[in-house]
Amino acid sequence: MAASLEQTIEQKQHNWFSLLLNSQAFWVTIAMLLACIFLSYSTDAFATSKNLYNITRNVTFTAIIALGTTMVIITGGIDLSVGSVLCLCSMVLAVTMHAGFGIYTGIAAAVLTALVVGAFNGILVAYLDFPPFVVTLGMLSVARSLAMVLSNNTVVFEFGPDHDKLLALGGGSTFGIANPVIYMVVLALLTGFVLRWTRFGRYLYAIGGNEQAATLTGVPVRRIKVAVYMISALSAGIAGIVQTGWLGAVTTNIGAGMELQVIAAAVIGGANLAGGVGTAYGALVGSALIEVIRNSLGLLGINAFWQGTFIGSCIIIAVAFDRMRRTR
Amino acid sequence: MPVLELSSISKHFGAIQALNDISLAIEPGEVVGLMGDNGAGKSTLVKMIAGNFLPTHGSMRMDGREVVLHRPVEARRHGIEIVHQDLALCNNLTAAANVFLGREMRKGLGPVSILDYGGMYRRAGQLFRDLKSETRPRDLIRQMSGGQRQAVAIARTMLADAKLVLMDEPTAAISVRQVAEVLNHIRHLRDQGIAVVLISHRMPDVFSVADRIIVLRRGRKVADKRVERSSPEEVTGLITGAIEIA
Ligand SMILES: Nc1ncnc2c1ncn2[C@@H]1O[C@H](COP(=O)(O)OP(=O)(O)OP(=O)(O)O)[C@@H](O)[C@H]1O
Ligand SMILES: [Mg+2]
Repeated sequence: MAASLEQTIEQKQHNWFSLLLNSQAFWVTIAMLLACIFLSYSTDAFATSKNLYNITRNVTFTAIIALGTTMVIITGGIDLSVGSVLCLCSMVLAVTMHAGFGIYTGIAAAVLTALVVGAFNGILVAYLDFPPFVVTLGMLSVARSLAMVLSNNTVVFEFGPDHDKLLALGGGSTFGIANPVIYMVVLALLTGFVLRWTRFGRYLYAIGGNEQAATLTGVPVRRIKVAVYMISALSAGIAGIVQTGWLGAVTTNIGAGMELQVIAAAVIGGANLAGGVGTAYGALVGSALIEVIRNSLGLLGINAFWQGTFIGSCIIIAVAFDRMRRTR
Repeated sequence: MPVLELSSISKHFGAIQALNDISLAIEPGEVVGLMGDNGAGKSTLVKMIAGNFLPTHGSMRMDGREVVLHRPVEARRHGIEIVHQDLALCNNLTAAANVFLGREMRKGLGPVSILDYGGMYRRAGQLFRDLKSETRPRDLIRQMSGGQRQAVAIARTMLADAKLVLMDEPTAAISVRQVAEVLNHIRHLRDQGIAVVLISHRMPDVFSVADRIIVLRRGRKVADKRVERSSPEEVTGLITGAIEIA
């Protein structure tokens, strides 16, 4: 009896293989690889280094924000303001540099803006118990409007003395890899590490799993929620800075609709809007799948109006898969 | 000297008066059954003792010294452990993660400290073995039976050397055999000099382990008697209000 109890307790029900098969991100990776293989055979333009360079770079802006959004979604929250925050931070950066300040001052101002916006969202959600949907919907409107006020709704394309540095930051490449891709990989590794190996990461999952239980057992739920909305806004701010450098111009409509795209990426990558589930890798692969779809429609000569249909179907199929695995 | 002493504790939630002028003392190694109707204030009382919120009025002493517990962590530091009603577990986390929730084991990795998965799995496995529960530390709570969840919630209280263990309906929704295990565990705690507060609606459970019974009715303490000087009939009367006070 003692031996069998011992054995039961020691038994591992899951090996790495069954865990892999159970991971939505794994299946999305497979789907994406299949799509890539199909596209390389059916079109000449897909597997060219120029196209792949473009895809990887385009993925980054969605993916960087999707990392932050995934963290919010893991806690059971939502952040609809990221597209507008991206715009606001880009504009703060652009206007600061246009006024003659250096790139570091500009970036510091943009990052600070992001953190303030995130803290505002977080405090309303965590301490005043506002629903995150409503708070961040309000911020979606406020942040873009502030960007318009700041720039008087003009396009900023002259970034003062450090103009070239900013363009190199976002548009350049290192060892043949686009700079934004490098930032994305570093941020993804960092996010993955935090989620898996730190107490902060563990608490995000706990809050999303059972907020009441987390509170009762002494997890500092409110502080963590404020932090996670700050991280989300920061991810949008970083994406904004990089994108500004890449585009070389900021208009007040950049990042419009971005919030839905990053939520889609997170959900396709396995994050559950009910909270408690999600990974950094999932955020990347979800973003990548969306970009591959977008890219391939163009290459296959399919009308761009179909894009929404394909991406929307992906979301629904991903969730359907998830449900099937659960009920099995 | 009592391990825990409450003097004139009251707790309001807005207009609701959940606890009203409650005083009590619990000695080391004493098992106290806390009974009362739904909404009588039992959970509110133990949550307050466990540092989940401060009382509106009144004071609390441990080992003779006054304590003010702002957070659950502080209560644990004073040797207070609790099994919450409905267990307070996260379905999406493993058994081990739940056992250690709020006090994760960590180890240094250069300048940062990371979760010590191996250490937590081992320690949780040990605790389940001590509880004679077939619970696997790596399993998700979502996949577990009621008895296994129970074991996880109780294992939490065994992580540190407790002086006082509060159990809020630990025997609701588990099998007869498992109820017996929980009651044995309570006796075992008592034998080590640990005080236990057991909240339960099951009269036989309370009468079989408790030394003393405290009855709450609408936030007031209406009885505080040794079990041998009371009876299930009397306690039932006190709970329902058929007997005013004892
Ligand atoms: N956080 C809260 N906010 C407002 N009211 C509360 C809160 N917690 C408890 N109450 C109220 O306090 C009273 C006592 O509740 P409590 O949960 O302590 O009862 P109980 O004796 O544990 O009941 P049960 O046997 O059903 O678990 C109830 O009227 C309840 O509605
Ligand atoms: Mg209760």
